[in-house]
Amino acid sequence: MLLGLSALGWQACSQSSSETSDLPYLGERQLVQREVDGQQVTDTVYHRIPDFAFINQDSQVVTSLTVQDKVYVTDFFFTTCPTICPKMKSQMLRIYEAFEDDPRVMLLSHTIDPQHDTVAVLRDYADRLQVNSDKWHFVTGEKDSIYSIALQYMVSAMEDEEEPGGFVHSGAFVLVDQNRHVRGIYDGTDPAQVDRLIRDIPALLPKKKKKDADKN
Amino acid sequence: MLIKTKILLYVAGIAALFTLTRCFYSDKQNEGEQLYTQYCANCHMDDGSGLRNLIPPLAGADYLENHRDDLACIIQHGQTGNIVVNGKNYNQGMPAFEHLKPGQITNILNYVQTNLGNNNPRFTIQEVEKQLRKCRHLLED
Repeated sequence: MLLGLSALGWQACSQSSSETSDLPYLGERQLVQREVDGQQVTDTVYHRIPDFAFINQDSQVVTSLTVQDKVYVTDFFFTTCPTICPKMKSQMLRIYEAFEDDPRVMLLSHTIDPQHDTVAVLRDYADRLQVNSDKWHFVTGEKDSIYSIALQYMVSAMEDEEEPGGFVHSGAFVLVDQNRHVRGIYDGTDPAQVDRLIRDIPALLPKKKKKDADKN
Repeated sequence: MLIKTKILLYVAGIAALFTLTRCFYSDKQNEGEQLYTQYCANCHMDDGSGLRNLIPPLAGADYLENHRDDLACIIQHGQTGNIVVNGKNYNQGMPAFEHLKPGQITNILNYVQTNLGNNNPRFTIQEVEKQLRKCRHLLED
């Protein structure tokens, strides 16, 4: 039974693009059989980020509806982090600036230290970064919900007293498409990988310009 | 046979000496930069530019000149509360690095003072030790 289940899903770890140059679908996927006109058809169901609800720096509720039809980049951090977080934030700022005027792209940073990082602390943090809360949400919430959604994004985050600052977490930036499928995982502390992320985002955006050009 | 061994030993000796001096010199020269990368650059960035209004810059920071006498203690024991750098307020705590030795702190300070676009007077280890004596009471037992 277990063997059968594991045969149905597999981990897609490869970052390499398929022959159509589309970005890969990352995470576990399942093959689902269904019958159409008496024929057996196999559908691939990709890993999808489940519904969520957190609170952002403006005390607004941020849910899966907030990111509906958006391409978003997400990460996990904490404001008092003495290690990689400031570097991650300086790289996230590059993405912010690259897509500042494109409402189809959003940024979502989760604190993994909700006890300290209250709405007021996140508000001050975002203000000092001088970023707009419509574009870049800094969210907090129930610790368990944050840690379990991190797993869905395939990002490690947990408490560890041995670590500087008390938490261990990865510096990953996760690229998510309009249907909440994970399409790329990048090292948010590496400027070269963030360059690639900035180049990859437009591949997920609908080709609007072509249509506009046709109208003229 | 004996002569051959002697020459070999001689050559090996010179090679060892050369390698050792090279290590010694390059380590001393680069220690400040290496320590900066390891302990400071995560927040202050590789070029010392800091992070917007969150983390103060070290590049061209008037704080380095205005608070020269406090710098060693700030590295050793960290800092909390509001500070003003180049006319801007910053309020992000800086962690302590209590395990760093006076020599290492001297090398970090000298890297910062003479790189990142700065051209401030260097520190001697004596000056750093003197500063650290003022804040020794902050060290945990």
